[in-house]
Amino acid sequence: MAKSSIKVRAKVKKGEAKVKCLISHPMETGLRKDKKSGKLIPARFIQEVVCEHSGKTVMNAQWNATISKNPFLSFVFTGAKKGDAIKISWVDNTGKSDSTEAQLK
Amino acid sequence: MNKNRRALLKSTFVAGATGVAISAGLLTPKAVLAAWPKAAFEAKDASAALQASLGSSSTTTSGDIKLKAPDIAENGAVVPVTVTSKITDTESISIIVAENGTPLAATFNLGANTKGFVSTRIKMGKTSDVTAVVKAGGKLYSTTKNVKVTIGGCGG
Repeated sequence: MAKSSIKVRAKVKKGEAKVKCLISHPMETGLRKDKKSGKLIPARFIQEVVCEHSGKTVMNAQWNATISKNPFLSFVFTGAKKGDAIKISWVDNTGKSDSTEAQLK
Repeated sequence: MNKNRRALLKSTFVAGATGVAISAGLLTPKAVLAAWPKAAFEAKDASAALQASLGSSSTTTSGDIKLKAPDIAENGAVVPVTVTSKITDTESISIIVAENGTPLAATFNLGANTKGFVSTRIKMGKTSDVTAVVKAGGKLYSTTKNVKVTIGGCGG
């Protein structure tokens, strides 16, 4: 499997799935300067993260550059069972995107 | 603190206006809402950001929202924030850092089965109030916590 930028851990307890994910992304605000050249580093940050479970969107997060580098996100949803697949995807302001699928454990 | 009180006062007086804002919100097509709200994220102050993202800047302080953040954050680049909302039908959770250049940090739109719980990490330029705004049943509820920052995390 190709290496994904998203790491997901999802566990089900009493029908509630707790999803934790870690995305590797620089999250540049566009305000920071390059130490060598003194030029501003262009902004590059994730704008939207979507999590889908059995065809339904359970979470749609819209982010600003305020979110930390290598963002962490955790949330809980109900109506899930072990072995279910979830899909998590992100889009950043430069149009780049990535997605991954994970199984609920 | 003063800011809070003002928001509370406003919310009592602007109740009528809020109703208008909500009905206007209902008329907005879904597709537009799904797009990244540029105006909201680029707004320079908290109330303008709220107005642009949630259609109203008046919030009611609620004890049903728990905002977990450190009292003192040593590193402003990574401040863990957890929001738990016990309000039924929580539709979305927004995180606002009042003193940041662009106060609106994130909006989490929750699905019907999603619990009112969100945990993430944010950047803070300096010591500021962090506010969690919960939208439920067309109303806005909020909780604020002051977080002291020793080293700012917004570049420089």
